Amino acid sequence: MAIRSFFIPFLLFVLCFCSSLSPVLSLYEDQVGLMDWHQQYIGKVKQAVFSTQKTGRRRVIVSTEENVIASLDLRHGEIFWRHLLGSNDVINGIDIGLGKYVITLSSGGSILRSWNLPDGQMVWESFLQGPKHSKSLLLVPTNLKIEKDNVIVVFSNGRLHAVSCIDGEVLWKKDFEAESFEAQQVIQPSGSDLIYVVGFSASSQFKMYQINARNGELLKHESATFSSGFLREVSLVSSEMVVALDSTGSILLAISFQNGEISFQETPISNLVEDSSGPAVIIPLSVPGIFVIKTNSVTIFIKVIGKGKFEVVEKTNHETAVSNALPISEGQQAFALVQHAGSEIHLAVKLAHDWDDNLLKESIKMDQQRGIPHKVFINNYIRTDRSHGFRLLIVMEDHSLLLLQQGAVVWSREDGLASIIDVTASELPLERDGVSVAKVEHNLFEWLKGHMLKLKGTLMLASPKDVAAIQSMRIKSSEKSKMTRDHNGFRKLLIVLTRAGKLFALHTGDGRVVWSHLLHKSEACQSPIGLNLYQWQVPHHHALDENPSVLVISRCGPSSDAPGVLSFVDTYTGKELNSLSLIHAVVQVIPLPYTDSTEQRLHLLVDSDKHAHLYPKTSEALSIFKHEFSNIYWYSVEDHNGIIKGHALKCMCIGEVVDEFCFDTRDLWSVVFPSESEKIIATVPRKLNEVVHTQAKVIADQDVMYKYISRNILFVATVAPKCSGGIGSVTPEESWLVAYLIDTVTGRILHRVTHHGARGPVHAVFSENWVVYHYFNLRAHRYEMSVIEIYDQSRADNKDVWKLVFGKHNLTSPISLFSRPEVITKSQSYFFTHSVKAIAVTSTAKGITSEQLLIGTIGDQVLALDKRFLDPRRSVNPTQAEKEEGIIPLTDSLPIIPQSYITHALRVEGLRGIITVPAKLESTTLVFAHGVDLFFTQLAPSRTYDSLTEDFSYALLLITIVALVAAIIVTWRLSERKELQDKWR
Amino acid sequence: MASIAPLLLLVLLSTALTISSGSVDGFTINGRVKIPQGMGTKGFVLPGKTSNVKVILNGGQIVTYLRPDGYFSFQNISAGTHLIEVTAIGYFFSPVRVDVSARNPGKVQAALTENRRGLSELVLEPLREEQYFEIREPFSIMNIVKSPMGLMVGFMLVVVFLMPKLVENMDPEEMRRAQEEMRNQGVPSLASLLPGGGRN
Repeated sequence: MAIRSFFIPFLLFVLCFCSSLSPVLSLYEDQVGLMDWHQQYIGKVKQAVFSTQKTGRRRVIVSTEENVIASLDLRHGEIFWRHLLGSNDVINGIDIGLGKYVITLSSGGSILRSWNLPDGQMVWESFLQGPKHSKSLLLVPTNLKIEKDNVIVVFSNGRLHAVSCIDGEVLWKKDFEAESFEAQQVIQPSGSDLIYVVGFSASSQFKMYQINARNGELLKHESATFSSGFLREVSLVSSEMVVALDSTGSILLAISFQNGEISFQETPISNLVEDSSGPAVIIPLSVPGIFVIKTNSVTIFIKVIGKGKFEVVEKTNHETAVSNALPISEGQQAFALVQHAGSEIHLAVKLAHDWDDNLLKESIKMDQQRGIPHKVFINNYIRTDRSHGFRLLIVMEDHSLLLLQQGAVVWSREDGLASIIDVTASELPLERDGVSVAKVEHNLFEWLKGHMLKLKGTLMLASPKDVAAIQSMRIKSSEKSKMTRDHNGFRKLLIVLTRAGKLFALHTGDGRVVWSHLLHKSEACQSPIGLNLYQWQVPHHHALDENPSVLVISRCGPSSDAPGVLSFVDTYTGKELNSLSLIHAVVQVIPLPYTDSTEQRLHLLVDSDKHAHLYPKTSEALSIFKHEFSNIYWYSVEDHNGIIKGHALKCMCIGEVVDEFCFDTRDLWSVVFPSESEKIIATVPRKLNEVVHTQAKVIADQDVMYKYISRNILFVATVAPKCSGGIGSVTPEESWLVAYLIDTVTGRILHRVTHHGARGPVHAVFSENWVVYHYFNLRAHRYEMSVIEIYDQSRADNKDVWKLVFGKHNLTSPISLFSRPEVITKSQSYFFTHSVKAIAVTSTAKGITSEQLLIGTIGDQVLALDKRFLDPRRSVNPTQAEKEEGIIPLTDSLPIIPQSYITHALRVEGLRGIITVPAKLESTTLVFAHGVDLFFTQLAPSRTYDSLTEDFSYALLLITIVALVAAIIVTWRLSERKELQDKWR
Repeated sequence: MASIAPLLLLVLLSTALTISSGSVDGFTINGRVKIPQGMGTKGFVLPGKTSNVKVILNGGQIVTYLRPDGYFSFQNISAGTHLIEVTAIGYFFSPVRVDVSARNPGKVQAALTENRRGLSELVLEPLREEQYFEIREPFSIMNIVKSPMGLMVGFMLVVVFLMPKLVENMDPEEMRRAQEEMRNQGVPSLASLLPGGGRN
């Protein structure tokens, strides 16, 4: 009785508490930056143009390999504005017109755009068409005018265009009739009204066109033939001479076209350089009087003296980058030269006509992990004493961007992080005891001050200044950026591998780079290409004194059968522990679910000859592996010919060299899709490290359904081969999408469903016993998302309690994939508004918390959508029991609630992938989204039911306690007095 | 009258939604994105500031930006049905289905896919504004009272101040009987529970 009377108010109280929670996950505006961080990058710089006008801020405009154009602050390297162009819209050239417009030529020279320099607003867009594909050249002359209109000269698609700088109107255009003419340079000698277009035709003919810049009239056309042909690149050494190489790369040609006369001057390279070996290549540059050629690893600087006479001015073995020339004063042009030598880089700025004199010569210590300089751009400024100062913008091998001035690095940007190819998470070191007293005292004062401020904030007494202070204090809280493991598992390291072959460790607290490591170059492998990251060693039980490490798989060359390289990197320090150059290629990597005594995970590497190699190569690993030999299965997808194959191990390798870590494989099964009707466009397996809490799912009426949970299911989507074009290219009748669930051990097709009138692209995510996929429905002309859930029927009769009591259930019977599973599937489809770039699902430590789908939309935002919206048991009118279970009434489209965008008002520009990592706290998952930008946040899909939230009101708690204590004292007094009175009576 | 209507429509189309076969390969789609002045006061996108609005054709096939007056255009488009999406932080735009007809280049159709509303001209307006943050409710007594702690305090106050009143209104006979019963059961009084209470 007493228990009940206590229990009912408690229940009511809990109910009240729960009803006050809103169902959507959302954020207050002042919570931005508390648990999330956002970093903006641009990618590896291709081209840079400086804008250093007297008025306005100094900036540099860059175009990058990630297809970004951006305006950067020259003082701090921050982004003023930035635009990411479409993936088919590759930037060919940028320049500044009239000092206030940024001109970009993109899409193979067919789109010319102008952007406002201060704010990045597009001013005009012009489409240039032409008869054929060709090299695209952009030239923005400073003082060429047609009727007060500044002119941009563009050569693209075999046509020369003159475009107005003000409104993008094409003033005139000129076709080049010659069939195979390939323009190499468009030259506009300053001060004249002439445009020269020079190039090659039919591989052995040099052509020169002289054109009137005012109206596009062809003034002169000359051609000359050189019998042994040309290499394509040319270097412009003056406005009337280019230098080219013959087709064998051994003879230098000075081609002058002064006054419309073409003349060749041949000079064999061996005359200039005695010990030259191998064919040379010309490095395209425009420095007057000087050009650069490269043979093997030797860079040779050659000066042009007089008419077609050459002189070698310098030879160097160091990796060298040279800038284009920069006019600094009347008739003088300067250029920069950056050489890499050990731990330093040497800078030199020279005048074009005077090689021996250096305007500037400096050496700067450079971080070894940045590699060699790839590109350099030069800019000058006038010092107070009227001498010239120079700024150098350097692009390094790891894609980082540095500004050097006066012998120091003014700023640097880690733009390699714009091209992440793989991510994994690692724990931080455990916290050690021993905190100094001074630190505590300092902290105590800070702590008191902070709490006073917070109290003010809660009581609404804070001034705007205080509010700002509270905000910055919350964001900078040292707690979250500590370098040790925390109790809740929020602090981790994100290990990312970038396209430049560099590893970064990012702290999840504030996103800073903890360490970085450029993949080691060896004799055998000059340029390893990073492919994948795997967790190699995750010590948590046995080998706690070992540091965790990751395995980086890279390939030594662009072809898929190039030999692989394995690197093992310590995640605490970023030191490379070991590096193995393999003799075999790496086509597939299978992390096995076994670890050895030092908790190194066993990995199976499959090469191009279908041999499987076991790593680590220890006898212990081998004995573990031998034990599980017959239990190892994997699959491979050949999407070009539509085959999915299952494999298993056969025996040791048979070969002349005995290698006990090498195994032959055999094909178990294959699924062949008919090539005339189906083409594989997506294959999605389940995540390897996913944790599922329970197989049983209790549904309404105390009924139980058993999820069919197998790690070996693969989702495959195929479409009609006609659907490979754009959305508008097929009719609904001739397109279809087929979704399969395939068991990868036996090759059995568990489920197959056809969506008529649907087409790709397909994005899918597979978790537990369900798969969600996104595709385009051509009939409704909307995007759709479908869910398939798969349930195990063989356990369905286990619901009977008596069977459980008498042990007649089959819950403990072993599961074998070879026995035919009795499965049923349920599915449902919904409309979804947006195009999708990536889909992921939240993952938590124990898999108890309900899941949310994370959808990266076309607008580069990440939307969190509760899995309950994609439940095949949704119906239009759910029964009362179903409603209690949490089934949402069926709607034809999925809701988009703006508050559930986890990226709130930010964009993850160029979004490519979303990764979720479970925290130690069951309710919370860590989400990392990467593209050109990076975004990280913590998510609690069912709210933080196991810890107090950030906005928990401690003040209210305190007030309540005080009020309760006061009430107790008052009642105690009253009761005391009453008792006294009673006694007196 | 009947003959004027299609003519008018044609004029409208030729100004706003021009899908012309401009060059050798493909058609051109011209349109305009309009963000009403009344919207955008919440501070995400300044009114008229359109530099970060992207217009995307067929899920990323072509991406373009807006001119200062809000106009955009796609060139070299094949005939068929296309999908245009507009992305702008702070606004929700419905994707638009655009049919480009090869047989009669003047004829075009555009419709919002969200609500199947046809568009007579390709002027895209946001369906609604998007508010990404919860609005923090201002400090109020009711909020505190409604919170679990407030309920606790409230309940306690009721017990402290209303219970004695209830007890007073009871019949003295009944009261005595109840007290007797309580004494028999040996329920300790509050005072004797508290430290120091037992001394009296």
